[in-house]
Amino acid sequence: MDLRFTDAQPTAAEREAVDSVLGPAGVDSHQRVRTASNLRIFATGMQSVSDRRHLLLPALETVQSEIGWVSEGALMHICRELSVPPAEAWGVATFYSLISVDPSPPVVLHICDDIVCRRAGALELMEGLESNGRTPDARWLPSPCLGQCDRAPAAYVQRAGEDDEVLVSINPETRPMGPDGSILSTNGQTDTVAVPQAGEPHLRLLRRVGTVDPGSLDSYLEAGGYRALEKAVEMGPAAVVAEVKASGLRGRGGAAFPAWIKWEAVANSPEQVRYLICNADESEPGTFKDRVLMEDDPFSVIEAMTISGLAVGARQGYLYIRGEYPLATRRLRSAIHQARRAGLLGESTTRGFSFDIDLRRGQGAYICGEETALMNSIEGLRGEPRNKPPFPTDSGLFGKPTVINNVETLCNVLDIVTDGGNSFASSGTPQSTGPKLFCLSGSVRRPGTYEVEFGATLGDLIALAGGLPEGRRLRAVLLGGAAGSFVLPDLLEMPLTFEAASEAGISLGSGVIMAFDQHTDFGDILARIAAFFRDETCGQCVPCRVGTVRVEEALARIRRDPQPGDSKLIEEIDLAMRDASICGLGHTAAIALRSALELGLLE
Amino acid sequence: MTRPDTTETQQSVRLTIDGAPVEVRPGATLLEACRQMGTDVPTLCYLETLTPVNVCRICVVEVERNRTLVPACSRIAEENMVVKTDSERVRHSRKMILEFLGSSVDLSAAEDEVEDWMRQYQAEPDRYGPQSAPSAAGERDRRHPGHHGEVNGRTAEGVHQPTKVDNTLYVRDYSRCILCYKCVEACGIDAQGTYAIAVAGRGFDARISTEMDLPLGDGACVFCGNCIGVCPTGALMFRSEWELRQAEMWDPDAQEVTRTVCSYCGVGCNLELHTQDNRIVKVTSPQDHDVTSGHLCIKGRFGYDYVQNLGDVDRSSIDEVLAKARRPAPE
Repeated sequence: MDLRFTDAQPTAAEREAVDSVLGPAGVDSHQRVRTASNLRIFATGMQSVSDRRHLLLPALETVQSEIGWVSEGALMHICRELSVPPAEAWGVATFYSLISVDPSPPVVLHICDDIVCRRAGALELMEGLESNGRTPDARWLPSPCLGQCDRAPAAYVQRAGEDDEVLVSINPETRPMGPDGSILSTNGQTDTVAVPQAGEPHLRLLRRVGTVDPGSLDSYLEAGGYRALEKAVEMGPAAVVAEVKASGLRGRGGAAFPAWIKWEAVANSPEQVRYLICNADESEPGTFKDRVLMEDDPFSVIEAMTISGLAVGARQGYLYIRGEYPLATRRLRSAIHQARRAGLLGESTTRGFSFDIDLRRGQGAYICGEETALMNSIEGLRGEPRNKPPFPTDSGLFGKPTVINNVETLCNVLDIVTDGGNSFASSGTPQSTGPKLFCLSGSVRRPGTYEVEFGATLGDLIALAGGLPEGRRLRAVLLGGAAGSFVLPDLLEMPLTFEAASEAGISLGSGVIMAFDQHTDFGDILARIAAFFRDETCGQCVPCRVGTVRVEEALARIRRDPQPGDSKLIEEIDLAMRDASICGLGHTAAIALRSALELGLLE
Repeated sequence: MTRPDTTETQQSVRLTIDGAPVEVRPGATLLEACRQMGTDVPTLCYLETLTPVNVCRICVVEVERNRTLVPACSRIAEENMVVKTDSERVRHSRKMILEFLGSSVDLSAAEDEVEDWMRQYQAEPDRYGPQSAPSAAGERDRRHPGHHGEVNGRTAEGVHQPTKVDNTLYVRDYSRCILCYKCVEACGIDAQGTYAIAVAGRGFDARISTEMDLPLGDGACVFCGNCIGVCPTGALMFRSEWELRQAEMWDPDAQEVTRTVCSYCGVGCNLELHTQDNRIVKVTSPQDHDVTSGHLCIKGRFGYDYVQNLGDVDRSSIDEVLAKARRPAPE
């Protein structure tokens, strides 16, 4: 490999930003002696990876956040320091929607125009901003779901050199955009309680939310924090895995895969280097439950990861969080920092083993929630899913056995260790054990994250959220997010369990319950869903790359002039995407559309 | 890469393909198993000399107890697997993939089999509507991930755009690109080790790109032409071939292929000189050749002008066209 760089040099500010991630320039740069092992430690089949390649995305992210965009000089500096071919770094930088390779104003607003926000005034908001023109210091772009559906409409704000932030409950009448990109007034609901059920005694996953200071380790310890880890250390790794097995815990990210199968496979692997990943790339439209856990109970995520790392024999954990969650990121970073200082993380912790956590921020790519795409993203490659097998438990992050679980899944481990797997399994139903978080949004009185024991019905959940507003009648529910399906009110009595859902031929997905009333323009919603998948497919495999475009085109024709041929065409495309795509994005991209068409929601 | 078989001591793997038993070496892919028994499986992104990337998905087959179809090119054969290569599901997916490609990409210069498959699987790329207008030069290279323009369904969006002609050796016609990743692999880890190109962008806007979309001569490209050697659709083409096609003089039926040894260094690379009207119009290397595996360097692939100095001869019309190919900018 004979790398060739252009002569472009970074500005002093760009150099400083890059060096803050990579260390002083030149120390580990391309002049260093190269060996076969440090140049090609791991290759997914087409790209070689130097030993520091995994720092590519953090370096790009830092330049983006400090400078506001990634110039050729900054990119070349990163490439020289990391021995990454510039063409590959360009391929990575242009993969993520939050990274700009064109000069950008210092403030960029990403205004969510996804399903819930567009119905809560986002379109009016954008129209108002558009008619006000653009200022040289700020610009705005539409964004897919930001995970703030309980506080719609929302916007994610990038500010060069300053902290990024999320604006919620924006008044759609607000205009113009201030010169600094601020939207001048909000409805002032930003400091409402995090979850409507806060403080209720039956809560398990949400019991500390709103009652324990998320910024204080002491506060977490006082509330019983880190007792589960203490007990896990006493029990030993094998016993922890056995309890997780007894608990029947299934993944809460969407696939509902039994957690213990992954844990046992990695715990029993002959490989000594293993990894644990917490998948916090919560990006399924309509999903915001993991954000609540991370923002308001960050230490529980860190403790649960530590227990999992101990159980499967991983010394390094990665927490991959979507870039649009700045508050959760800051609180988790603080929690990791405090846990390290208290000896609860790091080389030989006070509990007698080594485990540390590296937090990685996604940069605007729904596909990186797919587990193998997430691993490629951490490794500094494009976030393209890998073909399976091999599965991550055999060959995951950096080619090593890896357990990857969703935030909510991991948080359940605390109670499983404390109370025992059998106790956990005694709640819920035999196939769907324990508590479950659901994200209620759309046409309900109190949108938010709700915790119930598995077995509650769809109707129970909608009632918990206060039912529909006065004068509104339930027309349909989108279950499981954009990758889920629409159902009609005749399923209100259905228990929201994995087994009942699977019997009904649907999926609970990530726990999205989006309610739509009689005034809904379903054509508009379906068009947004189709556009979402077209925007978010990685583009690697043909069925998904082109199929999502053809679905969007067919839907546009159906909205203008419904012909049976186009519904049939969507069915045919869906079948090919389900059968021949590489990953779950393609497999699920047309499901919601097909269900809506079959239920006659467009008529 | 094809490697010598070092697994003689292991047992073979037995499986069933389309109802017939077959025995293959451990580690063999389903594609290898199918080919061993003479079963036809179409492939586009697969090449014996490259690592399988399984992205075109046209080689999918049905394996019992698998929820989805699996790519034959990379799936390793397992004991007792039951494989179907011509089921309804397989035929449907292949047909749709051919339609997706045919409706978005110019396949007119693709390998001959593509047309046969279109017929075999009854693909109708035209049913998605007329082709959208081509993009302006460079427009697709500037697209930002996560955003796209208005869609009205009246046309089928494609990747059509002007050909990139920025040097005298080869052109990049991304209207013909199916994004099979072969050129990226040949440029990078599987052959050349130059890493001058990679996939950039995302989704339907994903494209093969140099860093910052620089012209080839300004980036890392060393003009070995190995990307041309693996391109299945003619998206990467000798400038000479492209100029002859522009002049409607490209005539494969009138061409002769002469195998010889490269005269530059002592490695012994075999060359296949493609000649038309007694002029070299293209150079390839046999893919099954021990020394090259089909790959060459800039000298073997492009350094043939000295045998046909176009400046000195009476100009026949093919020389006029070939001389154009040696001028930096297209006319």
